[in-house]
Amino acid sequence: MVLSAADRAAVRALWKKLGSNVGIYATEALERTFASFPTTKTYFPHFDLSPGSAQVKAHGKKVADALTTAVGHLDDLPGALSALSDLHAHELRVDPVNFKFLGHCLLVTLARHYPGDFGPAMHASLDKFLSHVISALASSYG
Amino acid sequence: MVHFSPEEKAAITSLWGKVNVEEAGGEALGRLLVVYPWTQRFFDNFGNLSSASAILGNPKVKAHGKKVLTSFGEAIKNMDNLKGTFAKLSELHCDKLHVDPENFRLLGNVLVIILASHFGKEFTPSVQAAWQKLMAGVATALAHKYH
Repeated sequence: MVLSAADRAAVRALWKKLGSNVGIYATEALERTFASFPTTKTYFPHFDLSPGSAQVKAHGKKVADALTTAVGHLDDLPGALSALSDLHAHELRVDPVNFKFLGHCLLVTLARHYPGDFGPAMHASLDKFLSHVISALASSYG
Repeated sequence: MVHFSPEEKAAITSLWGKVNVEEAGGEALGRLLVVYPWTQRFFDNFGNLSSASAILGNPKVKAHGKKVLTSFGEAIKNMDNLKGTFAKLSELHCDKLHVDPENFRLLGNVLVIILASHFGKEFTPSVQAAWQKLMAGVATALAHKYH
């Protein structure tokens, strides 16, 4: 699975459209992840996870910034995300299975807010992009 | 055995009542074949699957999608006994169709995404959570008879 030119163009175009709302959607994706996949909450015992939590919102912004960085470096995701990979592998020690849960909930969030833009081709491009991000994030493990 | 609270059951049945099973089924199966192209391995005799538009317009894909989603309807009527409901289908998918159960999880997630795009605001995190639980239950039930 390679990110084709069409995939890259689609992801970039959508990101442009999301503009400054990426943080809002990343926060919603986190909320959805905690609700649908409660085991993910084990990584946040120090967080208030109730609806509207400022901590979750702040974390959503961090995730959003990382994704925006990824979109800006589609030609070298492993390089762009290597520090984050080290962080997740060696300090946070998050099992990589959880990246897939968040990735799925990001897709759900985008489909919910942009149904008109979320046709099958866009869905496929985004899914591939997130798979690559997840791969890059998991690259420092083991 | 999966247990669904009254709230979870309500979240599922209220949305299901508004789903066009024929359309949603075709869309779900179509998107599965587009987003995860290796799943096309099960549909060699379906004709033209050469592009996203070919897949989504393919009458065999639509018909089969409807069949699959109609079966989901049975799950929703029997949320307290998913394993029993899907026992025969589980045997079929293992012994005759040779489908890796991972595909059930993939289809479940695609269906959740479609519900999100159709229902928008109504598809809140807690509604999604109820549906994810159902999808996981169905996938497990369908895999239960594998050997």
